Amino acid sequence: MGKLFRSKRFWLIAPAVVYIAFFMAVPLMQMAYVSVLERGDYGGGNLGAFSFDAYVNFLFERDLMDNLVLNTDYIQIFVRSFGLSAMTMVFALLLGFPTAFYISMQSQGRRNFLIFLVTIPFWTNILVRNYAWMLLLRNGGLIDGVLNWAGIETGGLDILYTPYAVSIGLTYTYLPFMVLPIYASLEKLDHRLVEAAFDLGADKRRAMKRVILPLAAPGIAAGCILVFIPCLGAYVTPELLGGGKFMMIANLIGSQFGAARNWPFGAGLGFVLLALVLIAMLAYSLKFKSLPEEKI
Amino acid sequence: MKVDASNPLWRFRGITSTAMLFFAYLYLPIVILIALSFNENRLATIWTGFTTDWYVAALSNDDMLRAAKNSLVIAISATVIATIAATLAAMGMSRGRFRGETGVSAILALPLLVPEVVTAIATLLFFVAIGIKLGLVTIIIAHTVFCIPFAYLPIRARIEGMDPSLREAANDLYANEWQAFRRVTLPLLWPGILSGAMLSFIISLDDFVISYFVGGAGATTLPIYIFGMIRIGITPEVNAISAMMLLVSIVFVSISFIIDRIRY
Repeated sequence: MGKLFRSKRFWLIAPAVVYIAFFMAVPLMQMAYVSVLERGDYGGGNLGAFSFDAYVNFLFERDLMDNLVLNTDYIQIFVRSFGLSAMTMVFALLLGFPTAFYISMQSQGRRNFLIFLVTIPFWTNILVRNYAWMLLLRNGGLIDGVLNWAGIETGGLDILYTPYAVSIGLTYTYLPFMVLPIYASLEKLDHRLVEAAFDLGADKRRAMKRVILPLAAPGIAAGCILVFIPCLGAYVTPELLGGGKFMMIANLIGSQFGAARNWPFGAGLGFVLLALVLIAMLAYSLKFKSLPEEKI
Repeated sequence: MKVDASNPLWRFRGITSTAMLFFAYLYLPIVILIALSFNENRLATIWTGFTTDWYVAALSNDDMLRAAKNSLVIAISATVIATIAATLAAMGMSRGRFRGETGVSAILALPLLVPEVVTAIATLLFFVAIGIKLGLVTIIIAHTVFCIPFAYLPIRARIEGMDPSLREAANDLYANEWQAFRRVTLPLLWPGILSGAMLSFIISLDDFVISYFVGGAGATTLPIYIFGMIRIGITPEVNAISAMMLLVSIVFVSISFIIDRIRY
């Protein structure tokens, strides 16, 4: 231990690590602790004794006779979140793979520029990006206007504040995370392998299926995780484009700290979401021996 | 992949058109938003003429300016603390492998792995438990946490690309630790540090979810203010503020990108 404290290296690394550990790792542990407390009489920060209420509440509610009855409201929100995230992942893959492939075939200078174009939206404000979609999707908005102008009577598009709008917004928000890792693996791909496939009589479909896709698999898997995971925790898009009517997991968690004032339940939900994320990361790292983030 | 794109064998059907669709999808909303922010028409659906009135209105809105000032104070404080911590950590991590390195790397990447909303509520619970009053200070503390990895990554990448023999040469020429850092490491490292600082700044300035939960009532940042305005309704003033936020982000990221490409 004494040797550790005398090493210069320890003092270089310590501030960042201690800061994150104290203000992030400790709060996460505390969240897990709060989730096994009882909700206090007044809700909010008022907490009671040890109890598994938060986790029981997720599946059951108490009826008038104080019996536990199955309550599927929360499960529905989880199912909806998984469904929307899976849909978003598929859309992002369908758009993202061909784009990554296209970029990987350009000249060096053009490639860097296109990748830069892909990353810019990631650094812009998420509220602003979703707000832009509100301008496009609302009744009397731009898409509605163009359709009417083209002679298609929409009678109001009625798409904003629906799951479709949420799905469009989620795909838009997380699309760059699909392109970057796929591009990274395609860029490293040895083109001679593909040419060898052609020389051996493979047609394009076969070369794609048997050579390119398998070699790009780690990138594709990383992209899918990097889209699916943040989607599952999306807060802003369902709030704005779903108009608060189509809650996803994050909105349900948030509401426990707002109107519902049930902090232990919110903490429990947060812990479940965190566990899902860590399981997905672990599964990826066991299969591909690296973290999906390292592919960017 | 280095391919001869003119070779018809490399032409896969639908690739180019999907890529075009992709970039249109990515940039159309941004272009429309900026265009509409200059539209004279209050309803913002039909183009009736060019005006900068909405920008004037937005920039003379005191609530907006106060929120923008809060955001700047937070972003600058979080960036300074995070960049210093990240620079030190990157220098420490670069000197060969050591026991526990994987664990240290995992902690440094933790803010990138945990969903934002989970970080937000965990931090809120923590501040309430230790009894710090919610406000600007709590937001700065929380922002610094997620700024550290964003600053760390470009700095670390820069160090990895540095020739270690330069520092050794400085030591051979009797430079002490500080002189070697000041005269050799820092001049080579500054593009990475600046690039990391700019990314932290932009990530902090744009953050909404974490500020929203750990900010309490008194500390309205610009994104929280915009969120409140969007909730009330779509107005040309929101378009103008949004367009300005977009512009700031794009300028910062572009500069960071250019700095990052400065050669050693």
